[in-house]
Amino acid sequence: MRNRYLHRKEKAIEWLLSGSSLVSVLTTLGIIIVLAIDSFKFFTEVSIIDFFTDKEWTPLFENKHFGILPLLSGTLLITFIACMVAIPLGITIAVYLSEYASKKFTAIVKPILEVLASIPTVIYGFFALQYVTPLLQKLIPGLAGFNALSPGIVMGIMIMPYITSLSEDALRAVPNSLREASYGMGANRFQTAFKVMVPAASSGIIVSVILAISRALGETMIVAIAAGQEPKLTFNPLESVETITTYIIQVSMGDVPQDSLEYRTIFAAGLVLFLFTFILNNISYWVIRKYRQQYE
Amino acid sequence: MNKRNRKNTAKIKDQLFKYFAILCTGFGLLALGVLLVDIISRGMGRINWSFFSNLPSRHFSESGIYTALIGTASLLFFTILVALPIGISSGIYLQEYGARNRFARFVEINIANLAGVPSVIYGILGLQFFVRIAGLGSSILAGALTLALLIMPIVIVATREALKAVPNSLRDASLGMGATKWQTTSRVVLPAAWGGILTGIILSISRAIGETAPLIVVGALVYVPFVPEGPLDQYTTLPIQIFNWTSRPQQGFMNNAAAGIIVLLAFTFLLNGIAIFLRNRWYNKIKL
Repeated sequence: MRNRYLHRKEKAIEWLLSGSSLVSVLTTLGIIIVLAIDSFKFFTEVSIIDFFTDKEWTPLFENKHFGILPLLSGTLLITFIACMVAIPLGITIAVYLSEYASKKFTAIVKPILEVLASIPTVIYGFFALQYVTPLLQKLIPGLAGFNALSPGIVMGIMIMPYITSLSEDALRAVPNSLREASYGMGANRFQTAFKVMVPAASSGIIVSVILAISRALGETMIVAIAAGQEPKLTFNPLESVETITTYIIQVSMGDVPQDSLEYRTIFAAGLVLFLFTFILNNISYWVIRKYRQQYE
Repeated sequence: MNKRNRKNTAKIKDQLFKYFAILCTGFGLLALGVLLVDIISRGMGRINWSFFSNLPSRHFSESGIYTALIGTASLLFFTILVALPIGISSGIYLQEYGARNRFARFVEINIANLAGVPSVIYGILGLQFFVRIAGLGSSILAGALTLALLIMPIVIVATREALKAVPNSLRDASLGMGATKWQTTSRVVLPAAWGGILTGIILSISRAIGETAPLIVVGALVYVPFVPEGPLDQYTTLPIQIFNWTSRPQQGFMNNAAAGIIVLLAFTFLLNGIAIFLRNRWYNKIKL
């Protein structure tokens, strides 16, 4: 009798727990459905060919154009600048911390650098606008108050610790025997680091870089504050640009009527952004599964 | 001769890299230092009691963060209320129950993907589901539900990591004594893992405290001269208040923004500090 009661209780709890797990699945599904439905309504009014080829994005003006390219170029430009800062710095520091620095130095410096990743992004936006932009204006005369360069650099500083931290973990996970074998063959620290350790940890390093890129693509507040709100098809880092994320914020703060075509533009733009990050995430998942080196 | 030359170049490369790397590390640390010093020197002058107790105002010298603090606190309260039970149960299921079944694997891929979705996209989800379809409007509750979905992957992953660290011998001993699966989980495994779970919870709160973009999308106001009284009221939060001040042209509001940032950073660092402290204490305990 008691056993049956216990058994039922156990089953009920297991169902409850698995039900909680369903929330994650529903969230993913919800995101896809919400983006898909309103994007579909959007594309019944705007041709998908125009969307990808028109060089102007002016849905909030009298003369409406719905070309995503200016927003896309702004997003990619800033992501590119951020990566140019974060990837070389991040990987160099990771190699230094795992192969060169003393254990004590690493134990102190790594958490301090990780603080950079925990700072809310609105703070980086303020820093870019109020400190980095004026500093750059002294170096580059004629730099606009809103530009792609300053938020790009600041974003690079923000995502650098992701690369450092994950790459350092990956380097640390390579067994010591590989390192010792390399030293034993007469290789020095530099050769060991770049010819043995980095290739051995490459899958982890690649994943860290992909995650950082995906973070940069979706970053919102830094660019909303410091990059401006002018959608322009340009790859000039000195000009003001608008990213997909900034556009979503711009529309959310204005008073665009619900269920209008203007309102639906944020779903279409959001879908493009989501697809980018979704593909990157899946590549990293695939790299982890396929190329993870198993050491005994 | 040739051999010695090669050895020399290798040594030079080694030294060059070392100095370059020290430079890079120094740059990272310097960036953090400059950011902190710049913000503290701008904002410290504005921090006084009335900055905490004043409502926002058109005049920067009379503006305060009172409504923003109340908004942030109530928002976090409801976020935690929703995210913790669901996140922890989900973590328990994936780690303790669904070890090898297909559903668990599918959920796992989902969570990995959700962790990489930009936060502004969660805002769009919240806007459509909570604000419009559920009819919650731009209320605290709609914002809290959106944030709860956003931090759920962090809670789930932290719960799993903590459970993973509990040695199997504890489970085996409990099951061997005739305890059921749930008795083992709730009375043996969870208490042992609690320190790790708590660390994850605090880190997820620290993430939620600084979120700005999704809340703007679900319609948190940028100017709220009143205190919200219930979960269905409109609200503003500290990061949104900072954003609002940053987008004003007057320098006086910039100093307000810097002062707000000092408060926000203090909360963030405090939470992260507590999390690191708890993790170290728990880690030492479970290792014994």
